[in-house]
Amino acid sequence: MKLAYWPGCVSRGFTPELHGAVAKVAPVLDLELVELDRANCCGAGVIAEHNQELADTLNARTFAMAQGVDGAMGMMNICSTCQGAQSECQERLDADTAYREHINGNLEPEGLTYERGGAWWNKNFLWLLVEEIGLDTLKEKVVRPLEGLRVAPFYGCYIVRPTRRLGFNESPERDSYLEQVITTLGGEPVAYAGSHKCCGFPVITMNKATSLRQAGRHMADALDAGADCVVTPCPLCHLNLDLQQPDAERYVERDLGMPVLHFPQLVGLALGLEPKELGMNKHVVSTRDVQKKVAALAAA
Amino acid sequence: MPETYALKIRRYDPESGEPAYWQEFNVELEPERSVLDGILQVRGDQDGSLAIRCSCQAAICGSCGVKINGRSRLACNTLIGEAAEDAQRRFGDRDGVTTPDGSASIVVEPMGNMPVLKDLIVDMDAVHWKKVHRVVPWLLPDGPPPQREYIVPAESMIDITQAMACIHCGACVSACLSLEVDPEFVGPAALAKAYRFVGDPRDGQAESRLKDLAEDPHGIYDCTHCFQCVEVCPKDVAPMDQIMRLRRRATDDFEIKDSNSGYGHEKAFVNLIEKYGTLHEAQLLPRSYGKGSLIRSQLDPSSLKQLIASLPTVVNGLKSGKVSPVKALWHKKLPDQSQVRRIFKEIESKDERLELNLYIVGESGEAEEGAQAEGSQES
Repeated sequence: MKLAYWPGCVSRGFTPELHGAVAKVAPVLDLELVELDRANCCGAGVIAEHNQELADTLNARTFAMAQGVDGAMGMMNICSTCQGAQSECQERLDADTAYREHINGNLEPEGLTYERGGAWWNKNFLWLLVEEIGLDTLKEKVVRPLEGLRVAPFYGCYIVRPTRRLGFNESPERDSYLEQVITTLGGEPVAYAGSHKCCGFPVITMNKATSLRQAGRHMADALDAGADCVVTPCPLCHLNLDLQQPDAERYVERDLGMPVLHFPQLVGLALGLEPKELGMNKHVVSTRDVQKKVAALAAA
Repeated sequence: MPETYALKIRRYDPESGEPAYWQEFNVELEPERSVLDGILQVRGDQDGSLAIRCSCQAAICGSCGVKINGRSRLACNTLIGEAAEDAQRRFGDRDGVTTPDGSASIVVEPMGNMPVLKDLIVDMDAVHWKKVHRVVPWLLPDGPPPQREYIVPAESMIDITQAMACIHCGACVSACLSLEVDPEFVGPAALAKAYRFVGDPRDGQAESRLKDLAEDPHGIYDCTHCFQCVEVCPKDVAPMDQIMRLRRRATDDFEIKDSNSGYGHEKAFVNLIEKYGTLHEAQLLPRSYGKGSLIRSQLDPSSLKQLIASLPTVVNGLKSGKVSPVKALWHKKLPDQSQVRRIFKEIESKDERLELNLYIVGESGEAEEGAQAEGSQES
């Protein structure tokens, strides 16, 4: 399956292990990724907060580039925040012809045009895996079922709300895909209070206590529910849950030490890839115990 | 045809001295009746002591806010048949919520983030109304009042009709994830109300209102973009969108340089994308603390203090190997960065910001008549 691929900023910035993991996982799933290396930041809601027309134009530019990739089925992103911010712009572009034409006018000097809807889509790797590749196909490719691994899903707000904008009418189970994939990979999904809540990252510079109390609580809840690790399709969540976790421990006044995997890393483990090639050594919270469990599976 | 539905209701009576507990009831109703109808049937036929606040039963008065299957909603505009399907999908395989025949009960509990008075009734005064009062929810016009009414062009009010649609049911307050960890957060309903006045052309205190809410550590910059309020609002007020409007006006119209780094964060983020096309994360933090400026972040004492406080996290990032010193200093521009800069320049130089509000123009798809993109009332 050929796809226009938007990796986002953070996967090439502070979570390079995510970008690397996708590069390893894609060929195993027969995905041909054409990286949109000229495309710009999605704005992460901040540019839309500053100026909506600017955010819509910048994302229409990315969509137009993706639509220009010859033979691509659609566009794939690997970040819940990209998904949400881009879906918000796409909703406005698709809803109003005059507005769309106006925004396309902003792209004219570059010779780009965003064509509305039709069969074209922009899907996070999580959605793509379930809806386009399918859990049956995924199951066939699992060579190392993650038996006994207790995984707590963490979605990221932007990929679950608002449901009306994010295609839940057509695909109502998008809020349980992580659990479905964890099960398909042979692991055990862990139910806990924080799975669909906010990691707190958007206010880390504005109100650290609000931000890290959220991150800390969710990790503590996952710990109390007996999770071996958390998995998230959002690198921004990963920054707050992993990079900031040592600091978050102070706000919830307890030790956490909860490993947080990027979603493609978890998939890669079950597909037989090694933790190191998936960048699992580049986390702030050590993934050693998860690696040990996986190594024991391989030996069994 | 009436069907049997199981309601699992959270009960609490402070006068009993007992802790809260769950109680199951079966009701007979047509699937298109509401969850409120079910609750009232329980109260009428099975247990007169069950407490619920309700009045209009038509999603107008905003009294019957509860959590249904964990989601904050009005009981009166939630169909009992749909609630049962939702419960089945979400809890069908879990222990403790299934009835003997294997179907999941509809879980009804009081709203969150507010103290429970009895059963399904929460103390709206203690939280919701207190926060609404916090934002001075009345007009503060400038100058002497006119001889007759204030006259403004009708179209100048369109922008605030969405915020005016609020019925004060408290669903957004109940669902807010910032409030969950910071009870002092002014919150979605009150901030939407604040925009209702900031955006009102008759109000003369927009700047001081914004300054107040930008400087409050629990004000407009304490919202984490979680979309819970947008999701649960029964009237499509989209409180988070109103909070973003407040921020937009505070930073861009009035250049309010708040001490929470809200102004700095927006400026830093937007400037970095204009310069590089993608986010140069290593510069985001210092620039945010420096009110957009990299140099100021190191010269201004309070900015420097914040920057130093974040050093342990930076060291952790370096130690893990995810951030290299080279990456921290150097960030590649996009091959077509001149195009991104052109877009920024063209759009930012316009006199009026363009905002398409789908609440106002509707989602009409192709060939809509009259659904033109309208310039917002912001200037």
